[in-house]
Parts: sequence; structure tokens; C-alpha cells
Amino acid sequence: MKFAVKALSSGKARAGVVHLGSCPSSIETPCLLLSTRKGLPIFISPDLLSSLPSPDSNLLQFSPLHFSEGPSPKTISSIGGLHQMVGLHEYGFAAVARDSIQCLPECGSTNKTGASFETPCGRRLIKPVEYMEMITSMKPNLWATLADEVPAWANNKRNKTSVDRTVKWLDECIARSPAGGAVFGSIVGGSNIEERKRCAQEIIYAGYWIGGFGLGESMEERPSLLNAVTDNLPKDWPRMICGLGLPEEVLQGVAAGVDLFDSAYIYHLTIGGFALTFPLDRTEKIDYNYQLSDQGSDRTKINLRATVYRKDATPIVEDCCCYTCQNHTKAYINHLLNVHEMLAQILLEIHNTHHYLGFFRSIREAIKEGCFEQFQKKFVQSRREHLAADVVSV
Amino acid sequence: MALRFEVLGRFNRARAAQLTLPHFACQTPLFMPVGTQGTIKGLTTDQLEEIGCQIILGNTYHLALRPTSELIDELGGLHKFMNWPRALLTDSGGFQMVSLLHLADITEKGVTFQSPVDGKPMLLTPEESIQIQNRIGADIIMALDDVVRTTITGPRIEEAMYRTLRWVDRCIAAHKRPHEQNLFGIVQGGLDPVLRDICVRGLVDRNLPGYAIGGLAGGEDKDSFWRVVAQCTAALPEDKPRYVMGVGYPLDIVVCSALGADMYDCVYPTRTARFGTALVPEGVLKLKHNAMVNDTRPIDPTCACMVCKNYTRAYIHCLVTKDAMGSQLLSYHNLYYMLQLSRNLHSSIVEGRFPEFVCDFLQKMFPKGDVPEWVCNAMDVAGIDISSCCSS
Repeated sequence: MKFAVKALSSGKARAGVVHLGSCPSSIETPCLLLSTRKGLPIFISPDLLSSLPSPDSNLLQFSPLHFSEGPSPKTISSIGGLHQMVGLHEYGFAAVARDSIQCLPECGSTNKTGASFETPCGRRLIKPVEYMEMITSMKPNLWATLADEVPAWANNKRNKTSVDRTVKWLDECIARSPAGGAVFGSIVGGSNIEERKRCAQEIIYAGYWIGGFGLGESMEERPSLLNAVTDNLPKDWPRMICGLGLPEEVLQGVAAGVDLFDSAYIYHLTIGGFALTFPLDRTEKIDYNYQLSDQGSDRTKINLRATVYRKDATPIVEDCCCYTCQNHTKAYINHLLNVHEMLAQILLEIHNTHHYLGFFRSIREAIKEGCFEQFQKKFVQSRREHLAADVVSV
Repeated sequence: MALRFEVLGRFNRARAAQLTLPHFACQTPLFMPVGTQGTIKGLTTDQLEEIGCQIILGNTYHLALRPTSELIDELGGLHKFMNWPRALLTDSGGFQMVSLLHLADITEKGVTFQSPVDGKPMLLTPEESIQIQNRIGADIIMALDDVVRTTITGPRIEEAMYRTLRWVDRCIAAHKRPHEQNLFGIVQGGLDPVLRDICVRGLVDRNLPGYAIGGLAGGEDKDSFWRVVAQCTAALPEDKPRYVMGVGYPLDIVVCSALGADMYDCVYPTRTARFGTALVPEGVLKLKHNAMVNDTRPIDPTCACMVCKNYTRAYIHCLVTKDAMGSQLLSYHNLYYMLQLSRNLHSSIVEGRFPEFVCDFLQKMFPKGDVPEWVCNAMDVAGIDISSCCSS
């Protein structure tokens, strides 16, 4: 795997390029890792995946824990690894034990032998040996070492323990590291800035996976915690993070110098019947004449279950070129949601992924133009102003 | 009349044809996937085109409830609503009434029932059924028939058959778009050859664009089933399409095609996919089975679909019944299998190798030569020599 920083905005945000062996093109950062379940998107089937913008959509994230009740590592090896098994040869896969949708760290059950997660197959304790057996058989392009993640309110003693364990497991994972596949060292430390610094300094590797976020820390405390980590990491190595899913959270991560993000946002929007609509055009002025429906809609997204869309024969977003907007109307998706048809989620996941990838593209453009700080400020402000306008108009 | 039916090849009773409908020129024999609520479960219209789907069936009963036929009409018809450029067929709503609603009451006027959505009393008359179907806008629409289960005996069957004929006249009178939509009549009469004969002749007299054989695929024994199909196909006009409703299993489709039927529909391929069962030449493959956990072979090595070309049984096993993707991939394969079967039936008849195709099909499904007796009897009547497949 190769990574290079190509541009910096004033501050720490950076635009870069990642090159992975299996992907034909380089992928620009900051970028979004698409969520998968067992290696394939949750609803978008592989033949429809290619309708998403490329190479933006070519990086997928999975957790080895998805396969705890599936084909054995031996079988996966005999098939040839994950790329072969899911038929996505020209995609890049990132393996992280935690997946923000269904494999959530359970720090109360984690002990010195392994990390505990709540999964669809129940609570699982995974040891570095087992984790590495799965990584070796699956052959992802990049993988994070096993970490002991704790939420922001963990006490100092627990924080320190999590750092000690994570560093120990890092060594154990690397000792069993397969040839090929880039190692991202995991950095934890909860909300204790000193511990975060210590962790960051102890680990030096091909890339960094930043853990412990998206587990309850507040928007206000997050930037300093992030900076405590990224300030102590070498600039030329890529930084990946889990748990910063919402647009404002992604912007915080980018501002602190993070390059790769996962997100559960698309999944939660999709299963809720929501479609993203926030403007991606950075030159657009704030429009106070926008008519808001009173059913969970705001300038960000619409809920297609709302009866107001029953006869709406327009696409979700007028000039969106995703498969869903090019082929279907809000009325049709409203009907599909109403009658509980799976196609609704497929079409929504396609649109929402497409739209969110567009958001990441806007971020990259802003960084390259040197105006990321303004972009972040304006984005956050415009969301708050709409809420304020709502209050006034009621 | 808004269709053209041109026979391109024959083998005895079997025929391969081009059925030209307003939205698409189809090749028969053909299988129609069932898109109950304006969608095939888990597949996009692009994927359906990709695997060669020609006609999709929509359920009038379900669509009339949600989103309503008026809304579909207002938005330009079902083709536009679901963005399906090829052909559509809607059923009359009659079957759902009988199969879904224990409290349905059938009178000369129509079928009265309680709406499952809001409990309101509703009446589906032949006129109303046709009006709803006119609004939905499918290429083929079905007359409302009085359907009885084949497991019932007695005067009810005769009553239903004659009522079906009276209702078809009311359907014809109510049909406002005969130049855009083809109204098919449905032959009823239970398992009684005399009643079936009366019904066929009555429908043929009305000179409809096409005919369906109804009231089957409901639990009757296979021997009775094929005999009714054989009788009807022999009596229905040569130059019009024949549609056996609710069929079905690949074996049934091969037999009915040998006997001279052209069109089929069934929920089986997609429904069984959602339970983890794949259709294969040998019959079925139960992917939920533990034996599949580490099986690195494709579902069907002879299948050219995207699923068989990319995935192992082991991987599909870990998806089925747990993840939406499992249903999607298996539905994709199963529909591909059925549509490929349709293509094979058509091309083998056109290319003069239909008997060889049938034998090959039976040999794969019954490698020990234990072809069921009803199949042997039916093939006898169809004039197809399958002695090479039968051990007895």
C-alpha cells in the first residue's frame, strides 16, 4: 500500500492519495470506507456496486467477526481470500475488528486475553491469535491491529489498561502478520489526553487506526482528543478512524488530520427510510424560502415514508446521477417503503452512498483549494441556521 | 386485440413462438416472475433485464390496496411507476381473494370481502377488476373468474364454471382499452373434463386475444393436473397464446410445454430463494444445510449467472436467512435459472431438438431413471419418447 499527502489546507486537514494493490486506480483522501456485512454492502448487490462513482466507492470495510459463524479460515484460504470469496477483485478491503453497525466493542467484558464485542452471533471474545488467523486467511489490503477500546467516561486506570493491552496486542498481531497487507497500528486512550499521547508515541507503523471514538465523547471534547493523537503521529502515514459517521463528525476528523473514515450513517439513514438531500454545491447560498415538510425533513435529508411523497414523480435529488435518481421517483420509493419491500433499502443505500461520497469529494476540493476551515464552518453554520429558521417560523 | 402470436417452430404439440405485446416482443415458452407489489423482491429492473426477463406479473389485489390503481394511473401507469420498459401482466385479483381471505363471499355480483388494510367492506366485481386493470395499464389483463380449489367436489365447480363465462362477458363489456391491453379469459371447470370442455368452447366463442388455464396448481394430484392441461391445450386455438396460471416447478413447465402451453407464472423461485433453496438441474439445493458451510463449489457449475460465476456455496450459506444479500443473490440465481429454462425450451423447439432437450432435462433430474409415472404418461400423450431416461 502506498500513501502520500498531496495538499494541506491551513491547519491540519490534508488531501492525499492511497494506492492499493488490488484497485486499478488510486483513491483520494479524505475518503469514506463503505460499510459491508460479510464483505458485501448490506443491500447493494455486487453488480449494482459498479454504478457508484469510481474509484471513490472502491474501498470497503469489514470486520473479521462477521465470519465467526461462517466458512472457516481454512475454507476462506482455499477460496483465495476475501476478494475472491465475494467476487470483488478490483476493490480494496480494510479489516477492523470493530464495525460501527453490528460489532460494537464491549469493554466491560474485554480482558487480558482478548477484546470483547457484541455481535449478531452474541458476545464474542477475540484473541490476537484468532484475529490474526482470520486476517491471514482473508488477505485484506489493510488491517488494524486488535485494540481494547474504552468510551470517553472510562476512568484513568481503565484507560491506562486499555493502552497497555493495545500495545501488547499490537506486538502479538504483528508477530503473526501475513506477507502483504498494510498494518495499521491501533491507538486508544479514552478521554485521557496523556494516555492518547503515550499510545501514539509507542506505536510506529505503516498507518494508524484511531480507536475509542464514537463511543460517547461529546462534540466539544472530541477535537482536543483527536489532536492529542494526530499531533503525535508522523505526517506521512495515513490515519484511519471508526465511529465518526455524521457529516459534522467527519469534518472534525478531517480538521484533525484523519484520512480514512468508516460510517454507520448511511446504514441508519437507509433503514429509517431517509434519503440524503443536503446541497453538495459549495457555492450555493443559504435559501430561507425552502419549504419544509413537517415530517422529519430538514435541509439534510427527507423521510420517504412521509405521505407527502405519495405522488411525487421527481427523483430524490434533481440532478443526482446515482442509479436510484436516474431510474426511480420518490413516489415509487414511498410505495416500496409502505409495503415493506426490500428494493426500497437497495435504492436508498445506493443514493445515500452516492451522496455521501459526493460530500467527501467536496471536502477534498475544499482542502485542495486551501479553504477547508471555511468549508467546515459554513457547513456547520448552515445546518444550525436552518434549525434556527425553523424555530422562528413555528 | 393488441398482440401478435407467431409460431416459429413445433414438435408435435409443443410450440415456440414470438408473442408481440405493446411493450415487448417476447419469446415463448416463457416464465413470468411475480412482482406482487410492483417489484420483484430484492431485484432492480436493470437486473431483471440483464437476466432476460420478458414479462412481469403484478397482483391487482395488492396494488389496488397500495398504492391504489388511481394513483398508479395518475402517475402514468405501472410501467412508468416502476420503470419497467418491458411487458406486464396483471391478474384479476380473484385468486388472492380466495386464497387470502377466509371471509370472502362470492355471489353473482362479485366477490365481497373485508379490506385487510382498514377493515372496510369491499366488493370486487368483474367491472371493477377490469377498471382497476385498465388504470394499471398492463399489456395483458385477466378476466375475473370464479376460482374454486381443485380439491373441492360437487355442484360448486359447475356453478363456478358457468359464472366464469357470464363474468367474462361483463369483463369484455367493461374493458375500455382493448387496443392497448389484451384481455385473457380463464378456463375453469375443476378436474371435470365435461365442464372444462364447455368452458373452453364458451371462451373460444368470445374470440379473446389469449386464454389461460386456471384453477390448477392448488394441491390436486399430478395425474389430474396434466390431464386437464392436455385437454385444454388440445381444444384451445392454435394461433393464440395459452397461459397455465400458477405453474410452477421446472418439471411442470417442461411437461406443460410439451403438451402445448406457452406461458407460466409462479412465486416459487423467489419464495424458495428467501428460504435458502436454490434451483439446480438436479432439483433443489438447500443452502441452509450444514453440509454447505465449507463447500467451495458454485451453486450450479453449469449456470452462467453472476452468482454462480462469482460465489461459492460456502459464502452463500453464511448469508442465507441472515442477511438481505443472501435473499437477493439466491433470487437472482433462481430467476436466472427459470428464464434460462424458458430460453432453452424456445430454442430447442425452434432448432428441432426438443425431445433431446427433454430427455437431457429428465436425466439430470432423475439420474437413477425414476421419472414419475405422471410425467411418463404426459410425455406419451405429447408424443415424446423418454424411454432412454426411464429405468422401468
